[in-house]
Amino acid sequence: MNLDDALHTFIAESLELLQQMEEALLHIEQAPDDPDTINAIFRAAHTIKGSAGLFGLDGIVAFTHVAESVLDLVRAGRLHFTEELAALFLQVCDHIGVLVKRAAEHREPEDSVRQNGTHLLEWLNGLLDDDPARDATAQPPATCPAETTANVERAADTVGTDHWHISLRFGQDLLRNGMDPLAFVRYLATLGRVQHIVTLTDSLPGADDMDPESCYLGFEIAFRSDADKATLEDVFEFVRDDSLIRILPPHSRTAEYQQLIQALPEDDMRLGEILVRCGTLTEAELAEVLRSQAHDVPAAPVGQLLVEQGIVHPPVVEAALKKQQQAKENRQAANNLIRVDAGKLDQLIDLIGELIIAGAGASLVAQRAGNGELMEATALLSRLVEEVRDSALTLRMVQIGSTFNRFQRVVRDVAKELGKDIRLDISGGETELDKTLVEKIGDPLTHLVRNAMDHGIEPAEARLARGKPAQGLLRLNAYHESGSIVIEVADDGGGLNRERILRKAIERSLVAEGAALSDAEILNLIFEPGFSTAEQISNLSGRGVGMDVVKRNIAALRGSIELDSTEGLGTTVRIRLPLTLAIIDGFLVGVGNAAYVVPQDLVVECIELDCEGGHDYLNLRGEVLPFIRLRNLFDIEGAPPRRQNVVIVQFGGLRAGLVVDQLMGEFQTVIKPLGKVFGRIRGIGGFTILGSGEVALILDVAGLIQHLASQRHEAHPHTFLKESL
Amino acid sequence: MTHNPARLLSVAGELTIYTASEWKPRLLAPLLEGEHLELDLGAVQELDTAGLQLLLLAKKEARARGLTLLFCNHSPAALEAIELCGLAGFFGDPVLLSPTGP
Repeated sequence: MNLDDALHTFIAESLELLQQMEEALLHIEQAPDDPDTINAIFRAAHTIKGSAGLFGLDGIVAFTHVAESVLDLVRAGRLHFTEELAALFLQVCDHIGVLVKRAAEHREPEDSVRQNGTHLLEWLNGLLDDDPARDATAQPPATCPAETTANVERAADTVGTDHWHISLRFGQDLLRNGMDPLAFVRYLATLGRVQHIVTLTDSLPGADDMDPESCYLGFEIAFRSDADKATLEDVFEFVRDDSLIRILPPHSRTAEYQQLIQALPEDDMRLGEILVRCGTLTEAELAEVLRSQAHDVPAAPVGQLLVEQGIVHPPVVEAALKKQQQAKENRQAANNLIRVDAGKLDQLIDLIGELIIAGAGASLVAQRAGNGELMEATALLSRLVEEVRDSALTLRMVQIGSTFNRFQRVVRDVAKELGKDIRLDISGGETELDKTLVEKIGDPLTHLVRNAMDHGIEPAEARLARGKPAQGLLRLNAYHESGSIVIEVADDGGGLNRERILRKAIERSLVAEGAALSDAEILNLIFEPGFSTAEQISNLSGRGVGMDVVKRNIAALRGSIELDSTEGLGTTVRIRLPLTLAIIDGFLVGVGNAAYVVPQDLVVECIELDCEGGHDYLNLRGEVLPFIRLRNLFDIEGAPPRRQNVVIVQFGGLRAGLVVDQLMGEFQTVIKPLGKVFGRIRGIGGFTILGSGEVALILDVAGLIQHLASQRHEAHPHTFLKESL
Repeated sequence: MTHNPARLLSVAGELTIYTASEWKPRLLAPLLEGEHLELDLGAVQELDTAGLQLLLLAKKEARARGLTLLFCNHSPAALEAIELCGLAGFFGDPVLLSPTGP
């Protein structure tokens, strides 16, 4: 893995962590003192800092370090997550995100970004300075022996741990003097939490020499506490004279650990391992300490011992590092997730598409040859191919939940901006859809959400006047329905005023005055270009662009959008999208010599056309059903056969019939996009290649139904389209 | 080793600085005689640093001689002291946790 790859991973991970941090920050507004959430925020910041350090991204390290220090105060309970602090940290989170993105682009942050960073740092540092306990903990008093000038340290030299480290070696006479070291440990536990303790028995002599009344034990303690250094030192007040007591504050410098290791009687390597076991130093930090020690102390005892140690140390350290690496890998395996380049998946799907076409070709040959065994074999083959296709497609499926969760932040920010109190309710987050769709649905959704908050949900007074709770409710919901995914954006606001929409539409000459429109048609007018009912234009929406753009974006994804609104009670916008963009189950029909594919999910039933007279609708069990003759639509020459069939399709709650010559059955369809030249043709969504090598056009049912609706509309003042259900 | 059953020894009362001198020879005697030892800590009412040190000494001694020394039936007091010092792993004996916790 070269450095660029690693950097790429770092960036992906950091952005994910920032996402988690943001979610935690939003969560914390509801539960300000939840330690899990606080830890999650801290961990995210800490990990980003650590990884950024590996890549020498000093800007990120410096900034994140300050943020982390503030978070440390929160963890220690000296600072509380107020709304302001959460808001500040959301900005911090954003800023780190910007820094990470700049790093991804190998660019230096712009001046505006820098200024923002400086501003945030001032704020954060202000919080740190305000902390009363800081003075006691930040700078350890100069009790450590003789700091040499070589030890003028950079901040980067501090170790990552955030707990105290206490080393105790008791005097031999302690027990005889009536003191019990265990009692100290017990007392210590009342001042904080003993994270880890290692009892040292190294100085315990052999059985013969051991005096049962002398004390031989030592302790290395990793200790988490809010107490300041003086308090901790006081614990050992009475034994200080004849015992060796070393107390290192959290985030001490590497050099201080080095001094500690030198000062204690045990072998350096062993001590180092104990420090690692306590969690005080990481393996890497230990390696650093030992290495710098090797530099700093050239005059250490020479001779056999040193040579031995010189040989022994590096492998030991290496082994330790390897072990750490392994632990990390195990953790990743536990997550059971792997990152795959989306491009590879696309390639796989493409190949499977080819496989399906080739499979269809093989079945066709088998059928023509009339060889039973061959047909059986190809049938099995195509079933397997179908399964492979389905599982390959699920690889691309992602849950919509993470997209939805992003809106927590949007809703929070926009609600603040608008001065409204709005709650976001998310359901159906586990609904899966194609990754490409998820990426493309973000913008339209944002627009709809903002729109609902700005125009949909009324100000608190208006809500109270209408007998609604002051807090507005916005709902994001997703579910699967007959081969589509439906995404709903619903608000409990004022709803749409049909009169006003109609008036506006007439004003803008979108409809003729006196035209009779159904409710649904009136509502759908707001998707027309240049339509906006907002009486005051706000910063967010209401400029008259938007809904038509949303509609266009959705249509580009082969989806549709519809609107449901009850005045006074709220509006629901429903987006319907195909589950996947690449492969569908198709229903093959023939008109003249050509074959067409209708997406199977949209087919409701097939009936024989029982046609007297030339009218373009039929009676389906008492229901008026309009239909389109594909023969006419595509100007196909030749006379229709004696018996024609109608394929009844349903889309977005509307039904219509398609009149075709032949029904040819199911067909797995790999959708190939049409070239730009054909982009403007209505009613065609793409093409596919049949087993025989012939081309079949895929019908754009949504487009056809709309086409039908508009035709009807021209011919008659009201629509014939029948709403099913 | 199975032909050589462990000697069973019960420690009762306090195992502290006040009784350490008395216990040291009693604990070490079986080991010095080359016998495996099983030490019942069920009746230990108090265990302090001196007592803990003795247990550590015995364990070390047993290890040096290739003998087995097992502690069993830990009393709450014994367990508390051992846990406090993070020594459960060093002693490596199965510990029966009482439902109320150590």
